[in-house]
Amino acid sequence: MKPAAFVYHGARSIDEAVALLASHGDDAKLLAGGQSLVPMMNMRLAQPRHVIDINNIAQGDAIALDGDRLVLGALVRHEAVARSALVRTRCPILAAAAASIGHYAIRTRGTLGGSLAHADPAAQLPLIMTLLDAALEARSVRGSRMVGAAQFFTGVFATALAPDELLTTVQVPCLPTGAGWGFRLMSRRVGDFAIAAAAATVTLDTDGGIDTVRAALGGVEATPVSLGGLGAAQRGHSPDRAWSAALAKSFVAARQPLDDPRVPAVYRRELAEVLLTRALDDAVVRARGGSP
Amino acid sequence: MTEATEIALTVNGEVHRVTVPPRKLLSDVLRDDLGLTGTHVGCEHGTCGACTIWVDGAPTRACLIFAVQMAGHALTTIEAFAGDPLTPLQQALHELHGLQCGFCTPGIVMTVEAWLKDNPDPSEAEIRDVLSGNLCRCTGYHNIVRAVAAAARRMRPAVGA
Ligand SMILES: Cc1cc2nc3c(=O)[nH]c(=O)nc-3n(C[C@H](O)[C@H](O)[C@H](O)COP(=O)(O)OP(=O)(O)OC[C@H]3O[C@@H](n4cnc5c(N)ncnc54)[C@H](O)[C@@H]3O)c2cc1C
Ligand code: FES
Ligand code: FES
Repeated sequence: MKPAAFVYHGARSIDEAVALLASHGDDAKLLAGGQSLVPMMNMRLAQPRHVIDINNIAQGDAIALDGDRLVLGALVRHEAVARSALVRTRCPILAAAAASIGHYAIRTRGTLGGSLAHADPAAQLPLIMTLLDAALEARSVRGSRMVGAAQFFTGVFATALAPDELLTTVQVPCLPTGAGWGFRLMSRRVGDFAIAAAAATVTLDTDGGIDTVRAALGGVEATPVSLGGLGAAQRGHSPDRAWSAALAKSFVAARQPLDDPRVPAVYRRELAEVLLTRALDDAVVRARGGSP
Repeated sequence: MTEATEIALTVNGEVHRVTVPPRKLLSDVLRDDLGLTGTHVGCEHGTCGACTIWVDGAPTRACLIFAVQMAGHALTTIEAFAGDPLTPLQQALHELHGLQCGFCTPGIVMTVEAWLKDNPDPSEAEIRDVLSGNLCRCTGYHNIVRAVAAAARRMRPAVGA
């Protein structure tokens, strides 16, 4: 349970970090909160030759509002997301999702960028980024580019980041005024990664029917999946329990759930359907001004 | 350098100079190099919470940090709470039998002392949630939950218990 030897680099700026990545490439790993990388190094599942510590990059953990988007630095810790007054008012589903990650002493250290780059299929933050169609900024010595969440997650623990790229900021659209949200997850023990999770937002029209609906599932397929076009077809529907159950059923029916001995696909499918129904119901209750 | 380098660690207000290789975990440096054995080591992958210390006041797993990362940061370990009298939390753990073997206790104290500052009036569900990050193989948790609730009550101004 002790990591293999490595060369330590303490990066003081993004420029310094990307220059180090450019020169060490595949041999190097960025070290953010270390809450995923260090367990893997302790178990020797990861043995990077060079470790580039990005914790001391100034301003890397800023949270700001830019128009109707939150701009979060990659180094924002989960606990800071959960507690931020700005996030709680403008994007409460993100705050709630962050508050549900691991345990308190994990959230104080783990970072947004680390969670997104790690891309565990069941992780909370990739799910919320997919739900809200966040834009992620990747930097390298070659320049900077924006990647949409739908393109960013490419597989189990796999992303669109090149080996020399560092995630700098994430732009998350705020929830529209009047939007209700729901976030449900199931894990065997508090703090374990979820088996599956569902997230939804709903806005209602003046007659109380569906105006817009977004939904996404995590832990079901290799990457988070969003409702997409199926959402637009819901406009005008009356958001009762039969509606949420039917929508969840048809969305989940089209999935190809992950299958493993401990969590067979059939269980994952049923769980996803229940979680999504409840997340949609919670979102409707909140959109009506109630609390679930 | 994969070789040992000298770093200055500030622990409980004191500066220590140690020469350690980058791969050495903070938990091991605290215990082996500084003799601060109150920080316990259970799992070395972040789940048991026995190694929890404070980095700049925030409860953090010492087994998931390399000591070389900690130059310029203020570390606090359970030894900072070894004075007399006991804190209200320690006193409540003592009175209400919130420990048996005591292996988990340093991690629980370091987690909950910090958490109560931000959560002075926690519900039982919130207390159980924060304790989910610290494994205790002895007590069955009930008495730890009671002790945290009692400490919170005693620490709230003008309420007393
Ligand atoms: C006990 C325990 C329970 C947990 N439970 C949960 C849970 O329920 N849900 C959950 O989502 N997570 C959970 N986690 C993981 C936690 O959320 C991690 O914080 C997160 O997955 C990784 O973030 P990090 O900052 O710690 O990244 P690190 O561990 O430092 O890095 C993870 C990976 O991302 C790369 N990386 C880091 N930052 C960047 C960047 N800016 N740009 C590009 N690449 C980068 C690293 O090179 C590495 O490959 C848990 C962890 C523990 C130890
Ligand atoms: S030894 Fe660090 S969490 Fe178990
Ligand atoms: S008292 Fe023995 S592990 Fe908690």
